[in-house]
Amino acid sequence: MQYDEKRLTRIVATDCGSTTTKAILIEYVDGEYRQTIRGEAPTTVEAPLNDVTKGVINATQEMEELARLKYNNPKLKFMENGEFIIPRNGDIGIDAYVSTSSAGGGLQMMVTGVVAAMTGESAERAALGAGAIVMDLISSNDKRMNHEKIERIRQLRPDMILMAGGEDGGTIKHVVEMAELVSGADPKPRLGSAYKLPVIFAGNKEAIGDIKNTLGDKVNLIIAENLRPKLEAENLGPARDKIHDIFMEHVMQQAPGYNKLMAWTQGPDHQQVPIMPTPAAVGNIMQTIAKNDKIEVVGVDIGGATTDVFSVFTEEYIFNRTVSANLGMSYSISNVLASSGLKNIMRWVPFDIDESELRNMIKNKMIRPTTIPSLLEELVLEQAIAKEALRLAFEQHKTFASGLKGMQRQRDISEAFSQSTSGASIVNLMTLDLLVGSGGVLSHAPRRYQTVMMLIDAFLPEGITRLAVDSIFMMPHLGVLSEISVKAATEVFRKDCMLYLGTCVAPVGKGKYGKPALYAKLQLPDGSVFEEDIPFGEVRLIPCAAGEVAKATLKTSGGLILDATKAKELTVDLHGGIVGIVLDTRGRRPFALPTENSERIKYLKKWMRELKAYPEDILV
Amino acid sequence: MGQAYSAGLTVTESIILRKERIMPLKGKVLVTKGTKVKGEDVVAETLLPGKVLPFNLANKLGVTPSQLEKYIKIKIGDQITPKTVLAENAGLFGLGIFKSVVYSPIEGEVENISAVTGQVLLREPRIPVQVKAFIDGIVTEVIPEEGVVIENKSAYIQGIFGIGDETTGELKMLATTPDDELDAGKIDDSCRDKIIVAGSFIPYHVIDIAIKHGVKAIITGGIDDQDIKKLLGYDIGVAITGHERIGLSIICTEGFGKITMAKKTFDLLKKFDGKKASVHGHTQIRAGVIRPEIIIPLDFKEDELISVKATMPVLEIGTLIRIIRNPHFGSIAKVTGLPEELTKVESETLVRILEAEFEDGTRVLLPRANVEVIES
Repeated sequence: MQYDEKRLTRIVATDCGSTTTKAILIEYVDGEYRQTIRGEAPTTVEAPLNDVTKGVINATQEMEELARLKYNNPKLKFMENGEFIIPRNGDIGIDAYVSTSSAGGGLQMMVTGVVAAMTGESAERAALGAGAIVMDLISSNDKRMNHEKIERIRQLRPDMILMAGGEDGGTIKHVVEMAELVSGADPKPRLGSAYKLPVIFAGNKEAIGDIKNTLGDKVNLIIAENLRPKLEAENLGPARDKIHDIFMEHVMQQAPGYNKLMAWTQGPDHQQVPIMPTPAAVGNIMQTIAKNDKIEVVGVDIGGATTDVFSVFTEEYIFNRTVSANLGMSYSISNVLASSGLKNIMRWVPFDIDESELRNMIKNKMIRPTTIPSLLEELVLEQAIAKEALRLAFEQHKTFASGLKGMQRQRDISEAFSQSTSGASIVNLMTLDLLVGSGGVLSHAPRRYQTVMMLIDAFLPEGITRLAVDSIFMMPHLGVLSEISVKAATEVFRKDCMLYLGTCVAPVGKGKYGKPALYAKLQLPDGSVFEEDIPFGEVRLIPCAAGEVAKATLKTSGGLILDATKAKELTVDLHGGIVGIVLDTRGRRPFALPTENSERIKYLKKWMRELKAYPEDILV
Repeated sequence: MGQAYSAGLTVTESIILRKERIMPLKGKVLVTKGTKVKGEDVVAETLLPGKVLPFNLANKLGVTPSQLEKYIKIKIGDQITPKTVLAENAGLFGLGIFKSVVYSPIEGEVENISAVTGQVLLREPRIPVQVKAFIDGIVTEVIPEEGVVIENKSAYIQGIFGIGDETTGELKMLATTPDDELDAGKIDDSCRDKIIVAGSFIPYHVIDIAIKHGVKAIITGGIDDQDIKKLLGYDIGVAITGHERIGLSIICTEGFGKITMAKKTFDLLKKFDGKKASVHGHTQIRAGVIRPEIIIPLDFKEDELISVKATMPVLEIGTLIRIIRNPHFGSIAKVTGLPEELTKVESETLVRILEAEFEDGTRVLLPRANVEVIES
């Protein structure tokens, strides 16, 4: 259902995250939709309040107070007796309330397939695309003994299970065997034991009868179209839709306060607007950007508990999403340290710090996840950790975002000696057009320069890549808002959400620090010219405002290249942004920091100073 | 804005506690409403289903799944032992020559037989599980087949982080001040079966000595991250704890590092030195916050058992707070101002702040996110 601007003039959208509930106000003012005010409050899905709506009320109250101050109008009011007033009547009320949610651990799923790298991976893709965290993938060939698989299914308490396996007309035996394991485990749902665990079967259609016989009595069995009907084709849409339906009908019903919240989310005519899992809403937005602008996009949303990476690559706009369930900046911060190792975090820190002090600081952030770095030194450390969390999450994404495995490919003679196989990663940083960052540590960095630094150091973009950030973390809100008004979501997205930071130019290849790397001549819109032979191992920042374009001539030295055609010389338009254009000659494939400690610190400080990342006093 | 919501840990001399003691599966409740129980008493018990063993019977017998029906000797629900014949074929030419007989690999029950895969699922015998009362108190509600609710009046302290399961024992103060660092010399055989209280810190080698002397639990202000790693043999990545078995439980009241125990917490523990307490180290920061607890049961009359509805701690002028991040980590102060405007702190982050005053009268500005309300 879509509404026009006559019916939608004031909208409240919330995202109930695992730590914080973020509310934004969207208003139709002077002929356009704008995001005007935001408020936030701790999420209250857990004890002692056990009611998600309390956090929504608190965040909305903060927004109400700020709106009254902003418009100098004490009569403004969005809620009454703890409920939204819909529709709006002048100063009182709003026209719609929409929400996304990842509170209480989000949507947690287990998936099964016959061959892990084929139907298993397709099932995983379907679940991830629907916004789930995949707790485990169990398949016939995953090397665990059957009794171990049963034990595992029993231990996990997922919100639902997605079962795939067998192309249509293919194996029945292996699919039924997997169903027998699920049946033997008799799994219980995570939230409450008053209902049967939903299990979606989206495998070989000829196995449906046997699956019903095996699982029918024990679980709430739902049949969907086969998500891998042929080896060379995926059909993920129907399974994803079923996941969303079940998420609303079963899972959300069980979470504390969600019954009330589901009744609250409605449009001006009181029609219900489904609550969407946060990552599904962000995925919606990413795909819209890629298709509208005909570009390849990588997006990242780094939260307190998890980091989601989204990508849209190739001419077919293949969408992939991964969630790194234990990489995040608060609940999971300690796991970032465990996964990356202290050395990898410390390589980004331009000062020495006592190891045990740092370890204890990280653990204290884990047990008190809502605290924020008040001291500059702690901010630098958190941003170093963020770089590693982002790097690790992106590594996982690159491995997962691949072509379909198991397909036969015809090769010509030129490919005969190449290493590429079916199932190679489709993430190509050289052809990537846009990298978008989102989530607290990126959206709320005190300086946007820091966001640019974190994105470049973590993702190591290659060639020419535009960088952007979700200004105040509202992509989830807009993703769900598009369900009732694409116009409002698109307008706010372009004007208030997406903030272009600038462009990164990073030649790919090896070099030696101090040797010639890149000649760059940039004609800037104000008539000035930047021209320099930049040595290897340097970073330059050239201011160029958002909406402006610099005419650039770029020539590399040595073996460095600038794009996918291996060009060494390019004349291109480089887009500006609120930070500007970054020329990064630190090399790629490999990117390596100086190994000697004092040398590393010297260079880090130099780059950070050039990027204006931190105040001078911490860089002396 | 005159007030704001904030996180907080409860430290109080008297609270009406209500603890649900629920079995993991339906089972038998052993007490009735009104029963007075001790923490160690078993209040409910159940049988958990045994492990399931998938067993490909058709393969073992050398027949196809659809042929299995002809040779199988068991049906769903049958009790089995290693002597039970699951299936046997007739041998060569049906004469019993080279006859194959397949015996059950376990004792238990037949769960499922599949003609599609030829697989049978065998379940091992059920495993008994007992649920204890954990706290001294009165059974105020029986949830049939599920468990009970036990209520009491207690002195109550919520810790910030812990490891190890539920246990009960007598409190023994070993620290003399809240900033004491516990040294090994203070632990001897008089600490056996006790819950010992350290001040600001307890190092690894002292924890090790405590384990050797049979200490049941340690309450400390701070602990070092690397000491936990040495104790467990692995690094804690995500804070979900309580299942560790290291010989005792640890309840940390302030955090990681050397941190002076909050005076109120220390004084409360000191007041109840020698009294019985129930403690656990269960911590879960995400998806349903669980914090470690120290529960010291008090004498009470049944009509006192009226629990207060949970509310969110509120920050307002005069609220006592604990600072939970640098600078001033661990210090206690009183809120003197709650300015509305966003303010830039040293890290240049724009945040909502509060003004607080320390005991010595000095005042500081702090991010509201970096304090917690000391509830009473």
